[in-house]
Amino acid sequence: MATVTFWLIILLTVFSALIVVGSSQLIYSAVALLFTFVGVASLYIFLWADFIGVVQIVIYVGGILILVIFGIMLTNKITSVRISHTSVQRGAGAAAVVVLFILLVTMILKTPWLEIAAVEPDQTVASIGKMLMIDYLLPFEITSVLLLGALIGAAMLARRGR
Amino acid sequence: MTITWLIEWVNDSWLGFLGLPGAFILAVIIAGLAIFGLVAVHAIVAVYVERKVAAFMQDRIGPMGQGPGLHAGKWGLLQTVADALKLLVKEDIIPAAADRKLFVLAPFILFLGAFIAFVALPFSESLVLADFNVGLFYILAVSSFGVIGLILAGWASNNKWSLYGAMRSAAQIISYEIPAAISLIAVILLVGSLNMQAITSAQSGTVWGILPNWFVFQNPFTFMAFFIYFIAGIAETNRTPFDIPEAESELVAGFHTEYSGMRWAFFFLSEYANMFIVCGVAVVVFLGGWQSPIPGLMTGRIWGLFWFMGKVVFLVLIMMWIRWTFPRLRVDQLMNVSWKVLLPLAFFNLFGAGIWSLWLD
Repeated sequence: MATVTFWLIILLTVFSALIVVGSSQLIYSAVALLFTFVGVASLYIFLWADFIGVVQIVIYVGGILILVIFGIMLTNKITSVRISHTSVQRGAGAAAVVVLFILLVTMILKTPWLEIAAVEPDQTVASIGKMLMIDYLLPFEITSVLLLGALIGAAMLARRGR
Repeated sequence: MTITWLIEWVNDSWLGFLGLPGAFILAVIIAGLAIFGLVAVHAIVAVYVERKVAAFMQDRIGPMGQGPGLHAGKWGLLQTVADALKLLVKEDIIPAAADRKLFVLAPFILFLGAFIAFVALPFSESLVLADFNVGLFYILAVSSFGVIGLILAGWASNNKWSLYGAMRSAAQIISYEIPAAISLIAVILLVGSLNMQAITSAQSGTVWGILPNWFVFQNPFTFMAFFIYFIAGIAETNRTPFDIPEAESELVAGFHTEYSGMRWAFFFLSEYANMFIVCGVAVVVFLGGWQSPIPGLMTGRIWGLFWFMGKVVFLVLIMMWIRWTFPRLRVDQLMNVSWKVLLPLAFFNLFGAGIWSLWLD
């Protein structure tokens, strides 16, 4: 049953990702991206990383995807529903994709993967919290200062435009 | 009665010939139908109650029966049933200028956001579909599907009122999610868990020997957090006084202007399902979940379900009372309330709850 669930998740993720890259309309790509994010979140939950899975939904669906859709809606005339994007430089793109694919496959085959027993962990949130607050406190704080800087910068840029 | 129990139950019954995958699919369908039934019945009853509450508050009588052989039953009890049947058979109109695929998809994404949150709500001691570690966080997360559904509905309708309604709604929900989440963190800090059952269990017993040991009574900071969460929750469900996304006098009907029939009914269903979710989370986190208000009295599985539903219905009634009492806020007032009042208060609360848990407990 686990295998069936796994392949269903993979099917959802890959199929929607294909629509994201293949669709000729930007807004359809954005909507298909919703299902890709849900598929990736399900993969995390499938691997018992429930906290990371939910964080994936909060950040990517609740934050980034909404920003993307807002971006599409605001950059075009709101009356025109059809916004299309075309692909350019297909040859160079295909070459880059093939190189990346070979690199990734080599990496997957050569990495000595760590296998752990398929047992549900007692808690996931508490260990992540301890890591962030004790072991990696300095990087965590630096990241928060960086994000604050980005926030202030964005507000500054938005004000100057007025 | 979790989903695992349901799978085993199906597998052990005469349907056992389906095997484990079949039992799994069947259990998911049974659970889904049960949630859908709850959502539909809650919406039908709540719409009737809302119309009656509105009528009584405005010194009217509301929907009434119109004599023998006519519709709506005694006291208009069948009014919403009749409305629901009418919506089912109504013509389904898709505007020619709308984006057809997204127009059809949007109500379902919106409903999905409300629907899958029910999975983590603990209805009683043993009745919760999935009792997992990050239950509360999961409910907060899936509400973002609703925002996407709203934006898509507004955009796909290709109507200026729909688009404005959707934009306002998205801005409002994103703004109010933050004080709501931070006020919940104050409680999570004291419990030390995101599990819904663990949060409920942390509220057994009494405070000062009289009041039940619910978080709303436990300390001043969680008391305030309850009100911050509830106000933000009303805003997240787009109800008056925070209903500018569908402000009738300005935007016709906001994001669902172009919808009719069953698709429109899905917008309505998800609004009432969202009310249930917001009130359910408030009940679990602040009002002791399925615990009896008098500790030790009337406890048990069935009573747990009764107390949980009773508290949720009570909060839903308060939401209706608020709706028919306050006028609608302006857009700038709305943003002021969220960012300049609720958010600083929520941060102060979080800080206070942290100090409380360090030194006073």
